[in-house]
Amino acid sequence: MTKRELPALSIVEVQDMLRRREVSPVEVLESLEERINTVDDKIGAYLTRDLTAAVTEAKKTDVALPLGGIPIALKDLINVEGQQCTCGSKILGGYRAPYTANAIEKLRAHGAIPFGRMNMDEFAMGSSTENSSAQLTHNPWDLSRVPGGSSGGSAAAVAADIAFGALGTDTGGSIRQPAALSGVVGFKPSYGRVSRFGLVAFASSLDQIGPLTKTVHDSALLMNAIAGHDSRDSTSLDAPVPDYAKNLGRDLKDIRIGLPKEYMIDGVDSAVKTAVTAAVKQLESLGAEIVEVSLPHTEYAVSVYYILATAEASANLARFDGVRYGHRADNITNLFDHYARTREEGFGAEVKRRIILGTYVLSSGYYDAYYLRAQKVRELIRRDFALAFEKVDALASPTAPTPAFKLGEKTADPLQMYLADIFTIAANLAGICGISLPCGFADSESGKKLPIGLQLLGKALDEARIFQIAHAYEQSTDWHKARPKTIAEGMKRAGKAGEL
Amino acid sequence: MAGELDVGYVAQLARMHLTADETELFQKQLGDVLHYAEKLNEVNVEGVEPAAHGLPIFNVFREDKAKDWFTPAQALSNAPRQANNLFIVTKVVE
Repeated sequence: MTKRELPALSIVEVQDMLRRREVSPVEVLESLEERINTVDDKIGAYLTRDLTAAVTEAKKTDVALPLGGIPIALKDLINVEGQQCTCGSKILGGYRAPYTANAIEKLRAHGAIPFGRMNMDEFAMGSSTENSSAQLTHNPWDLSRVPGGSSGGSAAAVAADIAFGALGTDTGGSIRQPAALSGVVGFKPSYGRVSRFGLVAFASSLDQIGPLTKTVHDSALLMNAIAGHDSRDSTSLDAPVPDYAKNLGRDLKDIRIGLPKEYMIDGVDSAVKTAVTAAVKQLESLGAEIVEVSLPHTEYAVSVYYILATAEASANLARFDGVRYGHRADNITNLFDHYARTREEGFGAEVKRRIILGTYVLSSGYYDAYYLRAQKVRELIRRDFALAFEKVDALASPTAPTPAFKLGEKTADPLQMYLADIFTIAANLAGICGISLPCGFADSESGKKLPIGLQLLGKALDEARIFQIAHAYEQSTDWHKARPKTIAEGMKRAGKAGEL
Repeated sequence: MAGELDVGYVAQLARMHLTADETELFQKQLGDVLHYAEKLNEVNVEGVEPAAHGLPIFNVFREDKAKDWFTPAQALSNAPRQANNLFIVTKVVE
């Protein structure tokens, strides 16, 4: 193991080396920085990072702590005092966070070092990271394709071994979908599990912070750090947090997994179908019992989501008014223009579209027809899951209907882009937890390997069981060991060089 | 219903100026989205309580106690314009 190869390691592997004093936290950071400098001009995952500040933290960290000395990259919408927090938007250009999010306080208490601000769709609105006002992020497996979104910078960085782990946020699939398209592990906690204090709000009843990592074990360790009650978030659940790493390695003998029949529909890519079907067989061979279940209101989830999420966003984004922070338009003569021109100049097209839609569905005369009806159908979707979880411990499905699509392929048609989230959205509406982990590859026409994600959903607060099932599957396969060829030169990981 | 969206009017409600091109484009794109969402009208929602979020949390209280929070300097640290510990805003009253 040379220092050059360090960034290819998982968090657990680096931790092991740190504790045996084979490498110091500063050396870990420096090797990561070196690799970012050689690789990220092709990927575009990082918006900015402050090596000097991170090294100062690394010198003080205690490697005996659960995440002692591990640098963690952050989606650029989580406040860390003194760091930028643009949300991928021009309207927050120049903003410096005056306070620190609860999830970051907890990460630091576990010894981790926040390092790097990651690209994202503006205000987390998007499924491809193409809505960032700053830059494009490329999928490490095929640079002509999207990494998924909205946490695309976080996912691509982990996939390209330029981050050991990262935090993202998941409002309708924004952790799980980019994890699937980039070939990493992405975890969405139950609503209320992780404090949203210090997270810039998109849709407050749906948003959750969660980890993107190379392995399920790493994901569980990050969740151990960031989960738990916080009185500064009134939707934070005051429930005990188990050790998520504890059940890893247990078999699946008593586990029942449901296959929602509504999720294997036309329009799912054939390679995705094949890979997920094989993954379910694998879970069965590991001892799990597989049963078919029904989530009858599945086909309404995207509609419900795009009414409720945009409604909440239109209210949340009213705070960007050019008064207390962020961009303000010049040469303004009256108050209406102050708001209207500031917001015109500061927001990109997708954010404007969603503000318009959200304002419309909440407006007088349309509230009952759209917003209230959507809230009622949300309740029916929640009940679908509650009934299914009376019969099974987890649900298995594809994470996304297709592998990574081409940059620019869906930008002209918002509805097609929205349908990329068709399998992930319902979990946010129901408040349950879920994971996406690698389960195979599709071949692109140009001969590139494109990762496929398996989604496992669990009932609210049952994170530990989802980690147990995901870990058992992961350890019985080699998918998580494969690295993208485009950027793998000279890298070794878990004994395998280059592509699987 | 989808045909009733007037993007120009809603943009005014949202205090957000749009160009004529944006207005026209969004009119078409959001019309498509609303048309898609019309399938919600198929669902029988009679007697169903609306869900504001996925979990049963209601009325969270904390102790009514003052806490240290931002100093004026911190609160103003990102202000586009400020003077005398105040945010300077566009004239509101004529």
